[in-house]
Amino acid sequence: MRSLLDIADLSVEEIDALIAKAQDIIANPEKYAEKCRRRKLATLFYEPSTRTRLSFESAMLELGGQVIGFSEAQSSSAAKGESVADTARVISCFADIIAMRHPMEGAPRVAAMNASIPVINAGDGGHNHPTQTLTDLLTIKREKGRLDHMTVGCCGDLKFGRTVHSLLGAMSRYEGVDFILISPEELRVPEHVRTDILKAGNVTYRETESLQEAMPELDVLYMTRVQRERFISEADYVRLKDTYILTPDKLDTAKPDLAILHPLPRVNEISVAIDRDPRACYFKQVLNGKFIRMALILMLLEVE
Amino acid sequence: MLIGTIVDGIVIDHIPAGRGMELYRYLELDKLQCEVALIKNAPSGKRGKKDILKINEVIDLNFDLLGYIDPHITVNIIRNGERVEKRHPSLPQEIRGVIKCRNPRCITSVEQEIEHIFRLTDPENRVYRCVYCDTRA
Repeated sequence: MRSLLDIADLSVEEIDALIAKAQDIIANPEKYAEKCRRRKLATLFYEPSTRTRLSFESAMLELGGQVIGFSEAQSSSAAKGESVADTARVISCFADIIAMRHPMEGAPRVAAMNASIPVINAGDGGHNHPTQTLTDLLTIKREKGRLDHMTVGCCGDLKFGRTVHSLLGAMSRYEGVDFILISPEELRVPEHVRTDILKAGNVTYRETESLQEAMPELDVLYMTRVQRERFISEADYVRLKDTYILTPDKLDTAKPDLAILHPLPRVNEISVAIDRDPRACYFKQVLNGKFIRMALILMLLEVE
Repeated sequence: MLIGTIVDGIVIDHIPAGRGMELYRYLELDKLQCEVALIKNAPSGKRGKKDILKINEVIDLNFDLLGYIDPHITVNIIRNGERVEKRHPSLPQEIRGVIKCRNPRCITSVEQEIEHIFRLTDPENRVYRCVYCDTRA
């Protein structure tokens, strides 16, 4: 029995197999409509995350399975003080697989250590969110036809953005992927990402403050939000905030087949005018999230 | 400085200077009834300075913990005033229930019953990380 807690738990071959399975689901949805009949997914969401929860739930429903769970800690026994370990043991008696979102880092690992059914980490604080990374990878694969030999730009808050760190880790395992890390000085990738991912993986990357300068080289642009509260100096925030807002004019020098991704929710970092641009992939990403979660549920439940 | 000679006991030598008290606490030597001496900043040929712990009783030692502090530590077992065994700890793959995770966002900070576990993630630089939140020890 396996769980998915961290994207690094999966080998490149397993990621490729999941992506291939998701693509087969997209091509032949009727083939999978009853694959999880009589199986139950428990969505244990200790903090609200409507999009991720509904993505998991619709994934299970489209596989013919059923869904139980809660969407905030107040409506669970956690409000009475039950430990994550005990909840995991109890839910193992009711469901076949768990998807857990928790504000504390490592809570899904505690669940996996105590459950007798697979656990999927659906986000644990600022730590891991592996199904978001799988979603990103499936989107890049569908848009570019490959996951190797490309230049990926990551733009915005690269210091606190866990989705960027996971994407760097996952994509650095594919051959010929170069990264351009576009951020203000204050929000550059943290030291542990530099040593554990970039240096350890011998990754080719460069850092810049200018999205405009990087734009012509990019095959993929992964946008994240620059939040005011991340800046020490208000003056720096005011000076830099617009630099990282993607507007149509900034795409003038972009490749015609650029893929623009964003983990969502978007606030103002991508102008709504970009939504009509065929290079905008962030809403396709949401749909891909459901398909890759279907593939993951099948894998962890060992359903062929 | 004079420290009484050990007849039956343990001398933990070559502790990195400044970490003797940390090891004293981790090994819970304060709970022993026998004589225990901590020598700080003793001269060392290899490192300039070192700490030494002398325990006047042969006790079970957590070698994983010693290896985590420094695999170059030497443990000398003394019987009848003679050194009968000299051991070096190895770098453990995992260390359980000793070091606490300092990340306030880690699940271990709110659920007290969870065992703190650290895994060796970078043997070259002796980096251990919390298995739950990946915070460095």
